[in-house]
Amino acid sequence: MDKPRERSFLADTPRLVSLGLVGLLLLMPYIWMVSASLKPLDELFRASLSLWPERFHAVENYSRVFSQVPVLHYLWNGIVVCAGILFFQLLFAVPAGYALAKLRFPGRDIAFGLVMLGLLVPPHVPALPLYVTFSKLGLLNTYAALILPFTISVFAIFLFRQFFRALPDELIHAARLDGIGEFEIVWRIILPNSWPAATAFAIFSVVAHWNDLFWPLIVIEGQARATPALGVLYFRSDEAGDDFAALMAAAVIMTLPLVLAFLFAQRRFVEGIATTGLKG
Amino acid sequence: MPRNWHLSSAVGLGAVKVTRGAPIGEALAGLMLTVPAGLAYLVMLLLPTVATILLAFTDYELGLPDWNWIGLGNFTEMFEDRGFGVALRNTIIYVGFVTPISILLGLGIALLIESGIRGRATFRAIFFLPVVSLTVAMAAAWQYLLHPTIGPLNGLLRTIGVSSPPYWLSSSDWVLLSLSAIGIWENIGYNMVLFLAGLTAIPRELYHAAEVDGSKTWLDRFRLVTWPLLGPTTLFVLTITMIRSIRVFDTVAVLTQGGPNKASEVLLHTMYKEGFTFLRLGYSAAITLVFLVMVLGLVWLQTKALDKRVHYG
Repeated sequence: MDKPRERSFLADTPRLVSLGLVGLLLLMPYIWMVSASLKPLDELFRASLSLWPERFHAVENYSRVFSQVPVLHYLWNGIVVCAGILFFQLLFAVPAGYALAKLRFPGRDIAFGLVMLGLLVPPHVPALPLYVTFSKLGLLNTYAALILPFTISVFAIFLFRQFFRALPDELIHAARLDGIGEFEIVWRIILPNSWPAATAFAIFSVVAHWNDLFWPLIVIEGQARATPALGVLYFRSDEAGDDFAALMAAAVIMTLPLVLAFLFAQRRFVEGIATTGLKG
Repeated sequence: MPRNWHLSSAVGLGAVKVTRGAPIGEALAGLMLTVPAGLAYLVMLLLPTVATILLAFTDYELGLPDWNWIGLGNFTEMFEDRGFGVALRNTIIYVGFVTPISILLGLGIALLIESGIRGRATFRAIFFLPVVSLTVAMAAAWQYLLHPTIGPLNGLLRTIGVSSPPYWLSSSDWVLLSLSAIGIWENIGYNMVLFLAGLTAIPRELYHAAEVDGSKTWLDRFRLVTWPLLGPTTLFVLTITMIRSIRVFDTVAVLTQGGPNKASEVLLHTMYKEGFTFLRLGYSAAITLVFLVMVLGLVWLQTKALDKRVHYG
């Protein structure tokens, strides 16, 4: 409708300069991380303030990471875990969200009350008993241990319920008249009409679990099932020692996948986090 | 909040007849579709949470054959333990730094971005970057940036004449401040995005109306329109930033492990150490309960504040 008028470049300069300066300050960790990953170690130890390396050492640093750390293996583990978690979250939450939004059944109010209650509990609270149970069942150091605790997302149920409620009832009535069962309605009618909610939640979930350190640190030991977060942690304490150049190279490699995904689908990411913002 | 949702569902769907009058088929389908989620909820969330609460009143240690109910024993131990006191104090200080500063910066940046058109998407992306960056990797980058001898920050400080700059993460005086700075850096983008969403929801006509009514400066319009209408967003951002920063764990676990000399020990890291390193599950569960009560307290305060707002409206 009525957008703010485009100002002349000159009038916009103070705004651009201040945003640029703050932005530059915020990017400092990235700038120095990349810069350090290109330098030879002796140059780092001289603590020179020049960003550009005198001797270009990127090949050595990055190949050292790739030869000493199963980088691709960690990334693969991260993908398996995030995909597994998201798969089960949708599998459980989409039908439940639909039932809570559109169907009348005994116990619905109680079920919704439990969802609201669940929203209040941070994931750290059930961690101790889950750890004991997994350890007794011999499930430590498995994908199952990484995925199972997050298969239920009350937040997803809540989000989908809110979104599904806004879908027109006629959509469902029409499907029922065509003889489509409730189970099929969920996956063939409701979900395809809810991509904004589904993408928003998917982005929220992947960002949260790709970055999570707390739970993987508890149930995983050793490289076999380590996620990217654990991988950086291991490399930092075992291999790298004081070799900040290689450590920064490892950090760049592990940060890159999600950042690239973000830069490609920027709008979706920001909108996704904004709509799912109510979950801390 | 729960009450309001209940109300709206009753208005919206004729929920009065939830149980009576629903066709058997529909009721059955509803149950079938919620059962999988219900089971997962029970096994992965409800039972373990109840177990944690019970565990907090035992002396259970993983690996020991027997355990006893010890009533409030864990809690008395906790409040006599200097370490726990320090962790609680540090957590509160951390929240006290991170919350106001990251909210003010997030709001300021959102206002600046929103006040023009040029470069919106680019700046939004830049400030949002920390939210999608692997926390552990960025912690490593911060470790280099703040390194006492080879770090660029101290290099810069020496160049401008500071002869002995702080040791940041390895100095007990500076470590909490350094971690807070990282926490602020992590939270700005998140808060900015929420404020941007709140700002775009403000109807443009209100600004025109304010101008017609004689508010000439930007500050007038901010005071009259933006700030009051941003109230609910601000309250919301305030609560979740506090809840997010109470949970501080990653940076502590990666960078300091609570040191030096407990100067950066925080609640969740103490809980992690007691539970998963020393395997004192009862004691660790008690710390978890304190953490849970703090989170619930914040949510309760938010609900109170919202109620007040509704009455004014």
